Amino acid sequence: MAMAPPRKGENYELRQQLNSEYRDKRADAIKRVIANHTIGKDCSGLFPDVVKNMQTDDLEQKKLVYLYLMNYAKTQPELVILAVNTFVKDTADPNPLVRALAIRTMSVLRAEKILDYLASPLSRCLKDENPYVRKTAALCVAKVFDLKPELCVEYGFVETLRDLIGDGNPMVVANAVAALADIYEASLALPTTPPASPGRSSTPPPSSKPNPELFIIDPPTLTKLLVALNECSEWGRIAILNTLARYRAVDEKESEHICERVMPQFQHVNAAVVLGAVKVIMIHMKAVTREDLIKSLTRKMAPPLVTLISSPPEVQWVALRNINLLLQKRPDILANEMRVFFCKYNDPPYVKVEKLDIMVRLASEKNVDTLLGELKEYASEVDVDFVRKAVRAVGQVAIKIDEAAERCVGVLMDLIETRVSYVVQEAVIVIKDIFRKYPHSYEGIIPTLCSNLEELDEPEAKASLIWIIGEYAEKIENADELLGTFLESFKEESYPVQLQTLTAIVKLFLKKPDESQTIVQKVLQAATKDCDSADVRDRAYIYWRLLSSDPAAAKSVVLAVRPPISLPQTTVAPAILEELLAEVSSLASVYHKPAATFIGKGRLGAEEMQRRALEPEEENAREKALQTVVAGQQAENLLDFDADDDQPQSSSSGIDGSQSLSMLGNGGISSTTISNVAKSTNPLDELMDLFSTASMAAPATMPVAPVSTVSGIQGLQDDRSDAFAGLTGLSSPPQGLGSGVTSPVQGQSQQKAGGGGAQDDLLGLF
Amino acid sequence: MISAFFIFNQKGEVLISRLFRQDLKRSISDVFRIQVISNPDVRSPIITLGSTSFFHVRINNVYVVGVTKCNASAALVFEFLYRFITISRSYFSKLDEESVKNNFVLIYELLDEIIDFGFPQNSEIDTLKMYITTESIKSEMAVREDSSKITIQATGATSWRRSDVKYRKNEAFVDVIETVNLLMSKEGAVLRADVDGQILMRAYLSGTPECKFGLNDKLVLQKRGNEATKSDDAVELDDCQFHQCVRLGKFDSDRSISFIPPDGEFELMRYRSTSNINLPFRLQTHVTEPSKSRVEYTIHLRANFDPKLNANNVLLRIPTPLNTTGVQAKVGVGKAKYVPGENVIVWKIPRLQGAQECTLTAEADLAATTHRQAWSRPPIQVDFSVVMFTASGLLVRFLKVFEKSGYQSVKWVRYLSKANGSYQIRVS
Repeated sequence: MAMAPPRKGENYELRQQLNSEYRDKRADAIKRVIANHTIGKDCSGLFPDVVKNMQTDDLEQKKLVYLYLMNYAKTQPELVILAVNTFVKDTADPNPLVRALAIRTMSVLRAEKILDYLASPLSRCLKDENPYVRKTAALCVAKVFDLKPELCVEYGFVETLRDLIGDGNPMVVANAVAALADIYEASLALPTTPPASPGRSSTPPPSSKPNPELFIIDPPTLTKLLVALNECSEWGRIAILNTLARYRAVDEKESEHICERVMPQFQHVNAAVVLGAVKVIMIHMKAVTREDLIKSLTRKMAPPLVTLISSPPEVQWVALRNINLLLQKRPDILANEMRVFFCKYNDPPYVKVEKLDIMVRLASEKNVDTLLGELKEYASEVDVDFVRKAVRAVGQVAIKIDEAAERCVGVLMDLIETRVSYVVQEAVIVIKDIFRKYPHSYEGIIPTLCSNLEELDEPEAKASLIWIIGEYAEKIENADELLGTFLESFKEESYPVQLQTLTAIVKLFLKKPDESQTIVQKVLQAATKDCDSADVRDRAYIYWRLLSSDPAAAKSVVLAVRPPISLPQTTVAPAILEELLAEVSSLASVYHKPAATFIGKGRLGAEEMQRRALEPEEENAREKALQTVVAGQQAENLLDFDADDDQPQSSSSGIDGSQSLSMLGNGGISSTTISNVAKSTNPLDELMDLFSTASMAAPATMPVAPVSTVSGIQGLQDDRSDAFAGLTGLSSPPQGLGSGVTSPVQGQSQQKAGGGGAQDDLLGLF
Repeated sequence: MISAFFIFNQKGEVLISRLFRQDLKRSISDVFRIQVISNPDVRSPIITLGSTSFFHVRINNVYVVGVTKCNASAALVFEFLYRFITISRSYFSKLDEESVKNNFVLIYELLDEIIDFGFPQNSEIDTLKMYITTESIKSEMAVREDSSKITIQATGATSWRRSDVKYRKNEAFVDVIETVNLLMSKEGAVLRADVDGQILMRAYLSGTPECKFGLNDKLVLQKRGNEATKSDDAVELDDCQFHQCVRLGKFDSDRSISFIPPDGEFELMRYRSTSNINLPFRLQTHVTEPSKSRVEYTIHLRANFDPKLNANNVLLRIPTPLNTTGVQAKVGVGKAKYVPGENVIVWKIPRLQGAQECTLTAEADLAATTHRQAWSRPPIQVDFSVVMFTASGLLVRFLKVFEKSGYQSVKWVRYLSKANGSYQIRVS
């Protein structure tokens, strides 16, 4: 900076112009500086020349100079002081627009020096006679708090903000509310005790944390907010609605009152206001017990939600994601409105996919025929991803509505007729799920499926078809032939297909032992010798031993009856659903994930946990959410454990105990258990012991994923679907095999049930 | 809260960049360019990378982008972006790369006013135009004089209206504009037919007029239940939304629409109706593929409204297979042309009288392909506008204007039904 600036180049020219005696030239030059800045050129060198132009009557020029200052004040902290005088003078200008502009700009200059001059103009502007200046100043408090919280506390700006909630002008109220909410969130992120300042030992160090009571909304404030809600601009309404969502009603009556006052906002044009109102009502409705009010609230909620579907696609998508959430809580609100969710040919793909999901949610016996017609239509579109989802939806409908299953199968068969590769593959996957739900109902279609064998090239589709063949091996004449073709290419197939081939052939053998002796030999050979997946190998070994030692046990394990599947009502855990419903219209509700999961760092993220800890109520919710997560893990643990059934088996078939023990160790059983087992003289007894206690005792005490010998390695990968595939094959068909029907949560509970059943069988064996 | 606002061109160059908060750096725009603009796989309008979320709307050849780092209201961000687009349009008619480059100073000025610290502020176009002016509306002296008035209006309870409006002749124009949505199956069954209506008003009224507005509606927020009390000419509105000037509380209590209108043009309300929709056009289609290299079309169009009325700018877009090499089309009325770029036959009829019928016959020649995938047959799209016709049957019953001075006012009502890509008929 000390160097003399170069005497040529664009900046030199600009400098000349900025100092020109002609007003037009100077104004032009400022515009060029801003243009250069926008495209990323560094214009900080022109700082003093631009600041000279600050004193002007031309409001537009002033705005541009201010814009320049906002961008470069930080880079030139020592020069900013040049501008302070003009700023302070402008905050007392007779023109309210200038006053507001000056205070607005001054509070975002990130320079320590300016801040010291800001305090008195800001307190003046907060009490300005003009509401425009007041509403601008209200937001300035939040800006200053962001830069220097102590200043706000020292001058009592937060208290002043609080008083502004009682202002006569609705816009001022709205901005004050918005600023308070912002400061509240920022203050939670601050350390509770200010850092010790050795220099000022006589007075207590200035606290940077405002009094938390300032943020609590009391009933009188509530009344003011409800009044302002009907009068202020759309954006102001959103801020007020957000605050109302945070308010804790004292009794049921108050909750009712809030709901009644907020309800008219459903009629607003702005989608964010509508969704904001839905949020407030979903929160406060929980406390309402009056039946008729609840009824009228849900009834009035439906039409505005439907109207949101005619918004621009992006807004539509946000609305659709939220409707999806709302339907999980209250499936009946849009029961008669399925038609509006029909996809238009020119809808963007993200909207179509979401609509599809909602249509399946709304499917009922009454509308299923129209829905199937639509889905069939979608399956002929060009977008592969969408077509696949449409086919999948047909399967979901079949599983959801028993009466419609036959028609769904009909539609799927029609789709298979088209011979479009991805449609056929998806249909096969879906039919596998239908067989799971309705065993032995649609065996007639098996020949058609088998005739499409060569068309399949995706692992999931192949695995599904192989599962079907294995399952109905006794009914398919040439099952051994069909499976034989897969056996030939066994080495080239992907692991899921290998696993299915293995299991299906073993099933075939158990059902028709005479004809398939050779093929089962071959597959066991191939799987144990030529396969590099430990999973496939281990499963083959188990089958082998099972078959050679106790065919009856093998039968009860491999051909066990599976629990039925169903379409889950919810895609998120109940506690998380509640949390998300309190966040309607936010990003969290769009992603169907709690905010903490994607915000991570930043001003909220890292401190999120701490924040939760401070708020007992939210802490509760958090705890619940955590519990569900733990429950999920437990379910998973149980699952994994269920695969442990084989340990006794394998031990009994002559593997020595120590080997299986070491495997267990790998799987991650805690050291105590291991030592326990090790101490015992009879490892088999001990294992049995461990098994039964662990499955009966609260699983919380269970070690992290006591992964079975079979799925040990896969389980460690922590990939649920893999783990599923690994272990389900043993006792049940490929449930986890990408069946779009079962959600993880649901899947786990089923597995739990399945595990229980299989476990009984096994215990009976001993 | 919105942390930053950007406008990019298609190449990913920044045209406008404005940061509102400290939590982002300017370089965040590079992330968007790399992750969204140069990534063809992006399918969602919201992208979250790390803890930063990008909301984008693509319009003409620019991306309008809002960035946030918190769990912001997604609906708010998109509403804001769309509002920005509307405001830009009213200032410089079209939002594209060129207009952004030409008006960047104005855009910065507007942004300064409509959003502060990431919170949207006043976005009423009429108010903004009072103090943010372009070359064409230069009135700086006036601005300074009445700036205190402006600020009162920008924040007041009736932020949308000045108090000192004066007209020699007091007039109000009401336009009822209905967009007809139709989805008809191959078999001719109506899968979905509804109307998105808009009531636009141009009010040139002096003083502070208090208006009351009435329609022939029977608002059915409770669809079932009072089915019995249905009168013949009443239209069922499934839902309606109002301009912020309408007293929602009053509407909620006694279903009356009362308001103090803004000066000039504004959208008074929007509504939606799904029952008893009069479809202005009927289409009979017959599409066959006699051989692998040919598709034959017979499209029969019938105007299904009063012979005294006229439809303007009727435009049918009839899709052809992707491997079409040429089309011969014959029409009785209007002109038909094959547009290879979009794979459609465009049939334009500038004017069509009610109850009139016309037919298109066409043959498309196809190139031989090795690819044997059935043609998905996208739906035929009909665009049109029919004046003095409402598909829903909605009529304006009355518009009453009360003002202290008690002047007489003249009111005009127009009706229009139209479709623009929303009227779709599947082809059998």
